[in-house]
Amino acid sequence: MEPLLKVENLVTGYRTEQGLVKAVDNISFEVNKGETVCIVGESGSGKSVTSLSIMRLVDFENGEIIDGSIHFQDKDLASLSNEDMRSIRGSKISMIFQEPMTALNPVFTIGKQIMETFYFHRSYSGKKAKQRAIELLELVGINQPEERLKQYPHELSGGMRQRVMIAIALGCEPDLLIADEPTTALDVTIEAQILELLKTIKQEMEMSILLITHDIGVAAEVSDRIIVMYAGKIVEVAPTIELFSQTLHPYTKGLLESVPKMSGERGVELPSIEGTLPGIHSMPIGCRFAPRCHYKTEKCVQVEPPLENHYGHLAACWHAEEVRNGTLEKGETT
Amino acid sequence: MSRFLLNRLGQSIVLLLIVSVITFFLINLAPGGPSAAMRMDASEAERQAIITQLGLDEPVVVRYAQWLGSAVTGDFGVSFSTSEPVLERILSRIPYTIELTLFTILFAVSFGILFGIISAVKRGSLRDHAINFISVIGLSIPAFWLGLMLILLFSVQLGWLPSSGVGADARGENFSLLGWLSYLFMPVLILSTTILPNIVRFTRSSMLEVVNQNYIRTVRAKGAKERYVIYVHALKNALIPVVSIIGVLIPRLLSGAVITEAIFGWPGIGSLIIQAAQGRDYPLVMGVTMFVTIVVIVCNLLVDLVYSKIDPRVKNV
Repeated sequence: MEPLLKVENLVTGYRTEQGLVKAVDNISFEVNKGETVCIVGESGSGKSVTSLSIMRLVDFENGEIIDGSIHFQDKDLASLSNEDMRSIRGSKISMIFQEPMTALNPVFTIGKQIMETFYFHRSYSGKKAKQRAIELLELVGINQPEERLKQYPHELSGGMRQRVMIAIALGCEPDLLIADEPTTALDVTIEAQILELLKTIKQEMEMSILLITHDIGVAAEVSDRIIVMYAGKIVEVAPTIELFSQTLHPYTKGLLESVPKMSGERGVELPSIEGTLPGIHSMPIGCRFAPRCHYKTEKCVQVEPPLENHYGHLAACWHAEEVRNGTLEKGETT
Repeated sequence: MSRFLLNRLGQSIVLLLIVSVITFFLINLAPGGPSAAMRMDASEAERQAIITQLGLDEPVVVRYAQWLGSAVTGDFGVSFSTSEPVLERILSRIPYTIELTLFTILFAVSFGILFGIISAVKRGSLRDHAINFISVIGLSIPAFWLGLMLILLFSVQLGWLPSSGVGADARGENFSLLGWLSYLFMPVLILSTTILPNIVRFTRSSMLEVVNQNYIRTVRAKGAKERYVIYVHALKNALIPVVSIIGVLIPRLLSGAVITEAIFGWPGIGSLIIQAAQGRDYPLVMGVTMFVTIVVIVCNLLVDLVYSKIDPRVKNV
């Protein structure tokens, strides 16, 4: 398959009073045409920064792409001029955000917010723009689209607003849709509907989706491939089924174990990964997950494991084999 | 809409009553009286005659009741000093004050918002610091001093601008725009200092808050030009609190007009109220106070109406 987006050695940092702090540290991955890729990780793992880097929105938020390249349709987004990048945003690559409550401007109507994208990228007449906006609202399953155009965001429910966000993002038929935690702020039934909608639309419009989520259950639901991030690094990349059947990284394993199961025993405490992410100023020299890892050895603390192919997919762990075989029981080395 | 207006009307009447009571008693309890403003060589008998003639020998409460009785019919009495009807004296002065304050609002609001935006968007830059510095100076220097300094510079030293008046000759048959504006320039500038710094600072902080909102990121993600992001999406949100602060600043503008008009010999309401207060012209003081109160009430009503226009979350009144 042909890659649509190819991120290579991306390093993104934020300017702070203590200098530049790397939020994403040397990551590489690709998204193929028509593929849905999920980036999974806990808060602070750098997954949102990755998506904002691809959109080059970090520039506006005190961040900076320090190194690496982002290839997209023969262009390197990392070094594109602001004006060229602007013409890609919202037309070739679109993005939807976590908070549908605050992601829409409260003082403009839904209609204006959908139609202004055409003003940025297309030269539609007023009539054509309106017609297209109605089409889009129908596409994302909003009833009475014509009346909705005149409404303001506060008149819609959370799920509806996220549908509107999706409609806005689809306006110019993007090749890549980046969805940053699109269902986190919604309740479970609405979440299922939105995920279903994303799946259908992807089929219909033949686009690729890069979905950012902290919920590995959501990732399992929609993705073809999963990228697991931890503390600004990619720790494992695998086709979705394989990631579940043949987990190679202890962090991924921990994530999977902490998902509640329907068949789980009652009264048993849900496993969780102990500890927290390392502070951004005190990154371990070796494996960044080592302080929280049950498989940790001296080597893990000293030398950072490279992201390598083990058993057919990528993982960054010195003990991938043991994790896969489950030969090491938890707690043995700690 | 009509219910809202009715409600507001009720509140306004109560407010007007309170203001009239306070003003009436304050001015009447202040030492001196219309007779004190007479010639120094007036005899005691002459003074007494004046007091009786003006009806000032009645108790204050009775006089207030009389004043209120005729005021509700639109009769604000006759000025002690010129014997003209109070309403007439006020009406003859209004156009000048309206001219001065409208130009000031126009100037202060447009430049205040513009400087506020520049200051917020270019935060930390030289321009931001310069704007902040000038705002603080504008806030802290008293208008009367600055006014005198401007007169000293532009009228006395350079001789570019007239030092006082409205330029009657430039308004009449030989109307000249430049002549007219030359009289208006300094008063408008001085009166602006009473509200412009506040508008700048308010716009700046409001704008800084808005540009960090999620919806601004959304607009950028849609591929909007930065100018569009700031002047369309951010500005409309940032203006909501600015509009309400402008409502609060309008009374300040009217009290500022008193000083500005006095410095520049501007024949408006502001200089009228000074004459009235100095001459203990009770009916005139009352009339002007009532007039200013009504203006403030109307301006606040307008602000609320504008407010509901720009913020759809405020229920349409």
